[in-house]
Amino acid sequence: MSSVRVLVGTRKGAFVLTSDAKRKDWKVDGPHFAGWEIYHMKGSPVDQDRIYASQTSAWFGQIIQRSDDGGKTWNTPGTSEADLRGPDGMPKGESNMFVYDGIPGTHMWYDGTQHPWEFKRVWHLEPALDNVDHVYAGVEDAALFESKDGGKTWKELSGLRQHDTGPRWQPGAGGMCLHTILIDPKNPQRIFVAISAAGAFRTDDGGKTWKPINKGLVSNFMPDPNAEVGHCVHRIAFHPSKPSTLFMQKHWDVMRSDDGGDSWREVSDNLPTDFGFPIDVHAHEPETIYVVPIKSDSEHYPLDGKLQVWRSRSGGNKWEVLTKGLPQKDCYVNVLRDAMSVDQLDPCGIYFGTTGGQVYGSSDAGDSWNAIVRDLPAVLSVEVQTLQ
Amino acid sequence: MIRVVLPHHLRTLAKVGDEVQVDLNGSATVKSLLDALENKYPVLRGTIREHGTLKRRPLVRFFACGEDISHESADTPLPDPILKGEEPFFVMGAIAGG
Repeated sequence: MSSVRVLVGTRKGAFVLTSDAKRKDWKVDGPHFAGWEIYHMKGSPVDQDRIYASQTSAWFGQIIQRSDDGGKTWNTPGTSEADLRGPDGMPKGESNMFVYDGIPGTHMWYDGTQHPWEFKRVWHLEPALDNVDHVYAGVEDAALFESKDGGKTWKELSGLRQHDTGPRWQPGAGGMCLHTILIDPKNPQRIFVAISAAGAFRTDDGGKTWKPINKGLVSNFMPDPNAEVGHCVHRIAFHPSKPSTLFMQKHWDVMRSDDGGDSWREVSDNLPTDFGFPIDVHAHEPETIYVVPIKSDSEHYPLDGKLQVWRSRSGGNKWEVLTKGLPQKDCYVNVLRDAMSVDQLDPCGIYFGTTGGQVYGSSDAGDSWNAIVRDLPAVLSVEVQTLQ
Repeated sequence: MIRVVLPHHLRTLAKVGDEVQVDLNGSATVKSLLDALENKYPVLRGTIREHGTLKRRPLVRFFACGEDISHESADTPLPDPILKGEEPFFVMGAIAGG
């Protein structure tokens, strides 16, 4: 019998929501790491009990947490008795040590001057598809790290940050974050990442070299709206069976690529506004996608106080509004870029969390919604595990 | 034996109570105290001082005998009441935000 585990990262801790396959009755467990910001949690596709979490604080910096029992207990990797001492007898405690490779260099600051790269936090953790101890981390200021020892130590894949265009990357309002990591299941050497506000990038050699994949994006706030980099990409997503078809929620515009990001075209069509943060794909229908339209870049809440998910069953362009069970008046929450996910059950379940602390779930592919929980701290991320 | 009071979030992280105790071998400075603290609780590495540079994190403060010594050199000797265990050494999170 399958069941579902929803991993919710919030401004003040982590919560684990569980249900059987009916997805009607939910158990809420938490807060874990109470009082800390949990930017992201994600389970390994190799072992459903292995979960990685990014715990962070403006005061005390970055912490990586790991659970090996499905979220019941947590530890910072490398602090077990066996791991405590290195050959020189000194403590390791390096699971939160994110050090840029070589001389960090500079990127563009908000005022157009150059500014040193400074590590701030981990936005996104992406476990590898074939090894439970291999995990990628997308960080602010934008860079990609990987760990091959279960999070005990981290090494930068510096070919990305050292790309020729690096000095032209600029932070968005939320900081210069690498927030999306997609590993091609058909070719794990191919990885897509997205950075605000630099754009989307692709490697075809496991992270050694990277190319910007932003052709077709148009950002009118930039001096050159069609520039190679500088686009504020909020999220990209694909269906695992069709990894060359990418969907993107940009600062403005919903986009689609059918050639692995080499070119993009707009598919916003009849959306009431094409500004938003998350975008996701139905688990069993590669052409069914979901977005949450937000009024504008200046007003980060739904249009007219009505929380709406929009679904396209044609991979974009023809969109239908989904509102059943969602508040249709006086709702002024936001849904952040990493706060939407899908389960693998049939019918597919869709989940998203809001800055107002609600986590909504649909067990019928978006036709109707229920609030699983209503009063959590502001939700930063939502990931779903379908358990066997 | 030096007594150290950690802020709430570092207590939960290190899974310790209100106060911890560390031994110093050799010099008795802020730096040697923090080295000993991190040696005993490796999970605290990077949370009080930056990795590598060992600079105090900007929103962390150190207090000893009622004085804010955050801006003193890390090689400043610890006061006698701290060394004798009469007073704890405080690591605090700065008041910031609302």
